[in-house]
Amino acid sequence: MLNYALRRALLTIPILVGLSIIVFAFVRALPGGPEDALLGERGTEEQEAQIREELGLDEPIYVQYGRYMRNVLSGNLGVSTSTRQPITEELKLRFPATFELAIAAMLFAILVGVPLGFIAAKRYQGVLDNTSLILSLIGISFPVFFLALLLKYVFAIKLGLLPTIGRLDVTRSLAHPTNFYVLDSIIAGDLAALGDALRHLVLPAVALGTIPLAIIARITRAAVLDVTSADYVRTAQAKGLDPRVVDRRHILKNAMLPVITIVGLQTGLLLTGAVLTESVFAWPGVGSWMLDAIRFRDYAVLQGGILFFAVLIVFVNLLVDISYAFLDPRIRYQ
Amino acid sequence: MRSVKRGKLGALALLAALSLLAAACSTEDSGGGGDEGEDTGEATATLAFGVSADPIVLDGALVSDGESLRAIDQIFEGLVTLEPGGTEVVPGLATDWEVSEDGRSYTFNLEEGVTFHDGEEFNAEAVCFNFDRWYNFKGSLQNPAASYYWQTVFGGFSDGKTESLYESCEAEEELVVTLNLTKASSSVLSALALTNFTIASPAALEEYEADRGQVDAEGIFSPAGTYATEHPTGTGPFMFEEWQRGDRLVMTRNPDYWGEAPGNVETLIFRPIADPAARLQALQSGEIQGFDLVDPQDYPTIEDDDQLQLLNRPAFNVGYIGFNQAIEPLDDIAVRQAIAHAVDREEIVSGFYAGQGEVATQFMPPELFGYSDGVTTYEYDPDEATRLLEEAGYDVPVQLDFAYPTDVERPYMPDPQANFEAMVADLEECCFEIQQKSATWTPDYLDNVDNGRYGLYLLGWTGDFGDPDNFIGTFFQTPQPAWGFENDEIFTALDEAEAETDEDTRTGLYEEANNLIMDFLPGLPYVHTEPGLAFAANVTGYQPSPVSLEPFATVTVEGGQ
Repeated sequence: MLNYALRRALLTIPILVGLSIIVFAFVRALPGGPEDALLGERGTEEQEAQIREELGLDEPIYVQYGRYMRNVLSGNLGVSTSTRQPITEELKLRFPATFELAIAAMLFAILVGVPLGFIAAKRYQGVLDNTSLILSLIGISFPVFFLALLLKYVFAIKLGLLPTIGRLDVTRSLAHPTNFYVLDSIIAGDLAALGDALRHLVLPAVALGTIPLAIIARITRAAVLDVTSADYVRTAQAKGLDPRVVDRRHILKNAMLPVITIVGLQTGLLLTGAVLTESVFAWPGVGSWMLDAIRFRDYAVLQGGILFFAVLIVFVNLLVDISYAFLDPRIRYQ
Repeated sequence: MRSVKRGKLGALALLAALSLLAAACSTEDSGGGGDEGEDTGEATATLAFGVSADPIVLDGALVSDGESLRAIDQIFEGLVTLEPGGTEVVPGLATDWEVSEDGRSYTFNLEEGVTFHDGEEFNAEAVCFNFDRWYNFKGSLQNPAASYYWQTVFGGFSDGKTESLYESCEAEEELVVTLNLTKASSSVLSALALTNFTIASPAALEEYEADRGQVDAEGIFSPAGTYATEHPTGTGPFMFEEWQRGDRLVMTRNPDYWGEAPGNVETLIFRPIADPAARLQALQSGEIQGFDLVDPQDYPTIEDDDQLQLLNRPAFNVGYIGFNQAIEPLDDIAVRQAIAHAVDREEIVSGFYAGQGEVATQFMPPELFGYSDGVTTYEYDPDEATRLLEEAGYDVPVQLDFAYPTDVERPYMPDPQANFEAMVADLEECCFEIQQKSATWTPDYLDNVDNGRYGLYLLGWTGDFGDPDNFIGTFFQTPQPAWGFENDEIFTALDEAEAETDEDTRTGLYEEANNLIMDFLPGLPYVHTEPGLAFAANVTGYQPSPVSLEPFATVTVEGGQ
């Protein structure tokens, strides 16, 4: 088991090195640089050349790469050209915001999606099954941006039940030791702030979680159907086991394998920033951060951010792979 | 045993439902609007304002972006400022001033009894401390991305690498200070009203190490001191309270403010919301009480809503078609005049500016002194255009290339492509054949324009400070590849106007210059726009300014939400 985990972990290193080279080269290939975004119409040739020189953009690319990797490995991701703040500091503010949203969205997707898929499978071809099929298709095809705007319009503006933007009411003061606002409000013992933070999470989480929900529901349904027709299930049923025990011990557990893969992949995707949702809800996470970096040609942020995501996804996939070993003994012994 | 799984699932679901219920029932209303503040002049209201992005830092000397300047305007003040809503220079921290005969020395008498937010006294020494600090910027601080406005107005620094307009600052007496220049300049007074020349507490600048920073491996200066991010200290009506990037910037009313602050805002919060639609929705739901940079297509929505109001900034920009006279036949005045007659500017302005544009007759907005009512105008008259061309011996249609930028919205040009297509249609219908070109705004389009690669091109300019030098001086005082011409008459006229110290004479000189320019027709200005701001209906006293110098100290939020 440990062997397996170690092997998988070591494999990630060449992946990460390759990724860093690709990211570095790709970002450099973008036309235009920070000097254009910083000055716009006002920039004269001399001023732009001066900025390029200052940022070391004149040197050969492998020199720039070497310098960059040395910094990264010592924990320095550089400084953002548009805000002048160290990127690691910004990441500490931005990532918890996206992480919190991603957890909320995944919780929503799992807590609604798994039971939905399970029940649909149990009532195969029934009304519920077909309805959930249609809803899933709609859920997957609905553009997230549009869904987010629609939810905002109905629940926030027309009905006035929920807020439209941000993580907390703008007039509320709260200390942010962890930057996870739900945690921070619990730490501060501020129930009103907790309620406020949760209210702000609802709409973005629903908007973001709809597609994962639809996918999870479908996969669960398919997996459950698949497992239900397996021999060992029929054996268990023939033995006269309580149907609920069969459900729990045999069907669910085995059906969870593909579901966990999907959940892992989806979480990885969500963590890398739901750009559209974050922009619609003015959610200060990594998605909106990347969007701003593109607009301002902020090389350093783009590089640092993409590298961070790459590491994150690789890590999440590693976790998913390792968790298989728990669920399916057969994998352990490969 | 059998019900455990169900039980667990059930418990989880119950917990989720309960927390959602707690959230929904939380009685905090999402409106942070003016609360119990009665109009007794007592400041108790909270005002949340939606901005497009966080400030970069709160040190006026090291920024040039609108959002940093907006926040700095509330906390800091300069020697002079502008009359509310206009461009005329009026006393700020200086009560009055004198200019020497040779135009090279400005002596200011300072306001008495003013203190910085940290309690330190404001005096002549403090003023000189600030000016000398800027003049002595070294290394990365000289980077144009950092000290753009010092370089635009004064030029170089104390190291002498480039010429500087600034010579020295003398604290003659406790409250009398003189600025000495290396040559006569009259535009410097308007420039001193810029946010970038506001005065900070020398004690705070030193204690919090405003100039200390890391120049990282890539050569960017990032402040290591905490001055610009945690302790910006000025003399203004609001004081810095807290700043969480991406979340909010909080300022509170200065109880010891020396001047008049008739509004009732006690707590001022700037909240960054990048998407204009999201800003509007936040205003509609009451989460903020105002925002800037309204999308023109939202104007009707705001105007139709009783709970909201739309304010307009007086026009302080110009959109124009540039002519590059290095490319034939644009060097022929007849061709330039023909273009001016062939384009229906009225149609374009009324069609693509949502009612917030006015047709331009010259390269400066009407708000600015030196605007000439006597410039030559060019009516929409395609027949006249054709006649001019034929008379000059051209075969109609005359071939020209014309470029526009993609991927951009500018305040003077919200939809470049729409303008472009309409203009091309006008030109081709008349007497021209247009070779259409386009490029992305940054970097290619601007690069091409600056290097004179296009014949005709769409561009514009938003003024920084209330001086004609900032418009026509920037465009036409020296030869530039984008315009492709040398015209000594115009260059000299602008040089003279800049150096003239007597205000009335100066106004006359700039009017003359505008007349000359519009006769020479180096380009075709077509629009000035009035950008919009939106507020909740119960917010009064906000005074839109052409250069976006807008203090919240005069704002009153009436009643509650």
